[in-house]
Amino acid sequence: MSRKPLVRECPPTTWYFRQPRYLRYMSREITSIFVGAYCVLLVVGLQRLADGPTAWEGFLLALKSPASIVFHFLALVAAVYHAATWFNATQKAMPLQIGESFVPGNLISGAHYAAWAVLSCVVLYLAGVF
Amino acid sequence: MKERTVQLEVLRYNPDTDTEAHFQRYEVVCQEEWVVLDALNKIKADIDPTLNYRWSCHMAVCGSCGMMINGEPKLSCHAFLRDYEGVIRVEPLAHFPVERDLVTAPDDFMEKLKRVKPYVIPKEKKPISEGEYKQTPAQLMKFRQYSMCINCMLCYAACPQYGLTPSFIGPAALTLAHRYNQDSRDGGRMARQEVVATHEGVWECTFVGACSEVCPAQVDPASALQQMKITSSLDWIVEHLIPGGRSAGDAASREDAVDKS
Amino acid sequence: MAKSHKPVVWFPFAAGGTVIAFCIPVILLLTFLAALGHVPAGLDYQNMHVFARSGLGKLVIFGVVALSLWSSAHRLRCTCYDFGLRADTLAATVLYAAAIFGSIASAVFLARI
Repeated sequence: MSRKPLVRECPPTTWYFRQPRYLRYMSREITSIFVGAYCVLLVVGLQRLADGPTAWEGFLLALKSPASIVFHFLALVAAVYHAATWFNATQKAMPLQIGESFVPGNLISGAHYAAWAVLSCVVLYLAGVF
Repeated sequence: MKERTVQLEVLRYNPDTDTEAHFQRYEVVCQEEWVVLDALNKIKADIDPTLNYRWSCHMAVCGSCGMMINGEPKLSCHAFLRDYEGVIRVEPLAHFPVERDLVTAPDDFMEKLKRVKPYVIPKEKKPISEGEYKQTPAQLMKFRQYSMCINCMLCYAACPQYGLTPSFIGPAALTLAHRYNQDSRDGGRMARQEVVATHEGVWECTFVGACSEVCPAQVDPASALQQMKITSSLDWIVEHLIPGGRSAGDAASREDAVDKS
Repeated sequence: MAKSHKPVVWFPFAAGGTVIAFCIPVILLLTFLAALGHVPAGLDYQNMHVFARSGLGKLVIFGVVALSLWSSAHRLRCTCYDFGLRADTLAATVLYAAAIFGSIASAVFLARI
């Protein structure tokens, strides 16, 4: 008997609508657009800082535009989502075995969240937010 | 015992007569505690003997009855009817060619499984008279989880990167490579790297994580692949950036070549 | 089948992903506060200038910007493929070049401070 297998292709542009977990994955990947754009904003900020006090004040003023506020909100959501997915992944990428048993994954991820909180508070304190 | 009438929409494909697949609907009277596989067996026995599907153990051990159930890769012996509402859509495993109805062709996976050398390549050969290769419980735990794979291929059906790029070695085969790499008796990692560290190896993985979510044996392929990306990267640094590192890698490959001869 | 040189791009991606996770949200929060009109004292020209003039400051700023840029570029490259764009070499070239350009620009600006 000859074989005639039917190939059912994975649709290359719409596959991520097939399962909710694919949409979660794509939203994680899409955070890179916002983070990348924010990095460009940081580079521009550095240029203004190098150009002197007037240019820097102009940069801070430009940040206050409605478009900038909307962008900052979206980018913050994206960056926090990236951070959460990244810290959750640490237990997968770096499992830790002590003796016969493995350190619980949530402990590894939890330690990253704790370090993140401490670092963020230190930066906010040094920047004079509180 | 409580009964439940279930509607199943099953993908049918007959290679002798069809050029495309189509869905066929069945109404089956089932017992409350049945699984999808029981419903299929009932269809085969009482309604339509032409329906084709694979199964063997009916207890989530053999890995034969993997199917897409409402779009989700599942062992049909592990998919309880009471967890579903309305019409249950049953399709063959995604990303594999359909042989007939719910039967898929696993040839690609089988070929890839061989390529990763999924067996212990002893670090040092010793005669049987010298006794067994011993292992501590801690050394066993290091790879035990990855040895639980039942080759059901649900992870391949879940992995979009395998669907999009069929040359990807894929979750289960690479995880099995990791299982042997992690084994204290094994010395074959460098030989397996020839497959693992290629574009078609771990580098096709973008850590979607679907493989681990659908795995019925809690093997966690996503974790194994992430770990192998890290070790493959460290290998690369040793081979390209550290003087003499490349020859060390070559020596390991040569030893393996001697092993084979 | 030859071994892949992917670690060249993947290692900085992984390092950058970690840097983004730890540093970008709080930096974003600072400029967000500035955008909302509450400019933190640390973002005054005087304070920023002093920080960016120190060796440590330069190193931190460059490290965060360059690695975050690279990580975003690499992930965006994969995302292009995921959306169905099969011109991977083109996407990779454009995105990695942009990341390198941004990093060099940052280094030049930092050197001028």
